[in-house]
Amino acid sequence: MPESAASNEPYLKLEGIRKTFGSFSALKDVALAVANGELITFLGPSGCGKTTLLRIIAGLETQDSGTIIQGKRNISRLPAMKRDYGIVFQSYALFPNLTIFDNVSYGLVNRRKGRAEIRRRVAELLTLVGLADAGGKYPGQLSGGQQQRIALARALATAPGLLLLDEPLSALDALERLRLRGEIRALQQRLGVTTIMVTHDQEEALSMADRVVVMNHGVIEQIGTPQQIYREPASAFVADFVGKVNVISAVAEGGGRFRVGGLVLTGAAGAAAVTPGTRVRLYLRPEDVVINGAVAANANAAAATVTKVEFLGAFCHVTVQVAGAEDQPLLINISRHSIDRMNLVEGSPLQVGLPADCMRLLR
Amino acid sequence: MTTAVAAPRPSVVSAPVRPRAHWQDRIAQGLLLGVCAFLIVFLLAPLAMLLVKSLQDRDGVFVGLRQFQEYFQTPALRQSIVHTLAVAGTVTAVTIPLAFTFAYALTRSCTPLKGTLRVIALTPILAPSLLPAISFIQWFGTQGLLKWMLGGASVYGPIGIIISSIYAVFPHALMIILTALLLSDGRLYEAAESLGTPTLRKFFTITLPGAKYGLISAAMVVFSYTVSEFGIPKVIGGNFNVLALDIFKQVIGQQNFNKGAVVSIVLLVPVLFAFVVDWVMQGRQQAQFSSRAVAYAPKPRRWFDASMFAYCLFICALLLAVLGMAVYTSFIKLWPYNKSFSFAHYTFGLVDAGVISSFFNSLRMAILTAVLGTMLIFGGAYLLEKTRGVRGLRALIRMLAAIPMGVPGMVLGLGYIFFFNHPDNPLNGLYHGMTILVVVTIVHYYTSSHLTAVTALKALDNEFEAVSASLKVPFYKTFFRVTVPVCLPAILDIGRYLFVNAMTTISAVVFLYSPDTQLASLTILTLDDAGEIGAAAAMATLIVAASTTVCVLYAIVTRLLLARTQAWRRPLAL
Repeated sequence: MPESAASNEPYLKLEGIRKTFGSFSALKDVALAVANGELITFLGPSGCGKTTLLRIIAGLETQDSGTIIQGKRNISRLPAMKRDYGIVFQSYALFPNLTIFDNVSYGLVNRRKGRAEIRRRVAELLTLVGLADAGGKYPGQLSGGQQQRIALARALATAPGLLLLDEPLSALDALERLRLRGEIRALQQRLGVTTIMVTHDQEEALSMADRVVVMNHGVIEQIGTPQQIYREPASAFVADFVGKVNVISAVAEGGGRFRVGGLVLTGAAGAAAVTPGTRVRLYLRPEDVVINGAVAANANAAAATVTKVEFLGAFCHVTVQVAGAEDQPLLINISRHSIDRMNLVEGSPLQVGLPADCMRLLR
Repeated sequence: MTTAVAAPRPSVVSAPVRPRAHWQDRIAQGLLLGVCAFLIVFLLAPLAMLLVKSLQDRDGVFVGLRQFQEYFQTPALRQSIVHTLAVAGTVTAVTIPLAFTFAYALTRSCTPLKGTLRVIALTPILAPSLLPAISFIQWFGTQGLLKWMLGGASVYGPIGIIISSIYAVFPHALMIILTALLLSDGRLYEAAESLGTPTLRKFFTITLPGAKYGLISAAMVVFSYTVSEFGIPKVIGGNFNVLALDIFKQVIGQQNFNKGAVVSIVLLVPVLFAFVVDWVMQGRQQAQFSSRAVAYAPKPRRWFDASMFAYCLFICALLLAVLGMAVYTSFIKLWPYNKSFSFAHYTFGLVDAGVISSFFNSLRMAILTAVLGTMLIFGGAYLLEKTRGVRGLRALIRMLAAIPMGVPGMVLGLGYIFFFNHPDNPLNGLYHGMTILVVVTIVHYYTSSHLTAVTALKALDNEFEAVSASLKVPFYKTFFRVTVPVCLPAILDIGRYLFVNAMTTISAVVFLYSPDTQLASLTILTLDDAGEIGAAAAMATLIVAASTTVCVLYAIVTRLLLARTQAWRRPLAL
């Protein structure tokens, strides 16, 4: 992997980036290093500063302070024209009056390349995005997904060192989005182009990225691989924003034990260090809760009653009321198959176990 | 790479980053500065000069508000204010219901021939405002065919001014109200219907509130148009004094420029007031409109549709009667004694009298205004909306571009006299030339054209410029290759608007022409003064013909363009 080789020398390095719009602080001292050939996603709710950060990297906005180094070149003050990147927007931004061929060759014509060479390059790019025959059409004659592929081809035409994708899939329907997700990732890996993608869709971020940068209120909450982000969220925000999670209010009792209503739970990494009497929150993913047969060996076992079964297709969201902690409903993921087998309906009794090693303690 | 929680770094407060501008950005900023300079020199400076002159006496001594005091102590002049406001108020009160009913018929009924009715209703725009005045003299004047209808009252005076103004402003009011009614959401009516709401209640709870801002906006436009209008009272006003005429009398009659400036400022007040109200209302109307609204589709209702059609026919007949009378007058020997067909007014009255050259001057002026004005206004709007940097300058240009709509043409023209006729002004050479006529016309009609351009540009994807920059393509290349072709319909629309207005305008140019640059619309005034009403009608007819030709050309070219070069607008059936 190019990542390990380049880990000492990041391709793109941001330091101390700040940006305010009037009194609103969009970015507060953001630092980030992107390795060569890596695909990084900026993930966060709207208004978290992810798009602003991307636009600063592109030179479309200017940071109030901070430096940007791209490939050993300090580009902090350079205008967009002088930077080296290709960009794809949510709106595609294809020139409606130009044919697909003219759109893709738009940046090539300016580089005084020969006609034959341009023709060859455009054909190559159109084949790359799977639209070899589209050259003579106009953007308005293509579907949204096809237009976005063309926008990608246009951005890649000049072989830029950095590819910036600003919510590229948000305007597409669900099926097209899923298909393009895989295509973009495969293309990126094949070309080995360093890529930054902005998205608010966590599934998209987790499935495509080498690393995910989770942002909130202008601050980077966590940087990590998709697995790390999901399994070891660094903050309550990350745990909450990425995937579903049960948040259990508890009071520390010391010795790694917590009181939840009438129950006492053991576990969570770092739990022993908490001063007794402290109010804490325990985070547990719905799919980590174990039920019935699997509970026996578990320390944190309790009796529960099913209060709601929400059918979602392959699996179900089952809400249960735990005896002793009735005021804190617990959400569990159970496969449809298991539900049928156990014949779970509203009111069914259920044994649940909260595995200590899956629980996380976050403040 | 390992997981790293971004730890807040020690905050070193570094110097703010100053982006380095690309030389191409500098070009854009330089051009923008040019647009700003144009508006300052040709709009702001003349108006400022006018203000200064109103505070000076004839000898250039500062006298503060003394001239205003004198003005308000002169009963005849004070009376002009009352006259002006009364006439404008009446015209507004009559025109708005007329136009609203017409627009209502076009949008809410199944009236046949909607397109034709609309085109006829808009024809007054093609004519100089002097045309209805001439025409009404023919209908209701001393020798008028329908003089008996006035029951002894004279058409020369408030009656003539009011009916001529109604004719001239009707299409302006109609267009604004039409837009307001078209913007309403059809689903509101469906919701009301599903709740069993009676028709009258729907009208008062949905239609009227929805069109409220449009109606107020239209009323303001009609009011300020009438207040500013100078040609109509000149021709048909008799001894009835109004403000715009007072300016003309002070300046041309008495050569008292400073008094003229005082009257101009007095005239500016109601017009600026109307302009501000209109501006606020337009903002509200846009906010009210949601992009998800569904157009209202009227269902046929026999009696309602029939009565609406009858109303529209009646209005169109009246409008055509006015236009028709002027054209007719130009083709007969002498109204009402010898009604035989003749080209004499054209051959003797215009060509042999040597005034036909003013028509060609007008054509030249209108073409120059359309071409140069469109380039300047669209280019300026593009630079304003789509390039980066120099924020303060942009705010200033936005403000300057809005001002012309609130300034009557005569006020602007008088400002030009003060500014450009000043011996110390290096631009003094422009005075009395064709250039200044073109410039004043462009500035006078800047606001509407600017708004058309901005609307068209805002409809484009905001990221075209960003994409071009990332592809290292200069902005001007993208401007010519993408922006202009995509905005071509709007650009042609601006050109047509400027052409038609340049052909018909009198108020802005009346102080600025010279014998060599006499314009057709001004010749109508002169001919009318000399009692040559047939020749005046002939000249008015020529102007209508020229404007109509351009509008027809515009329609054809737009259609061809949409069909051919803009093939991309048609989605291909895949």
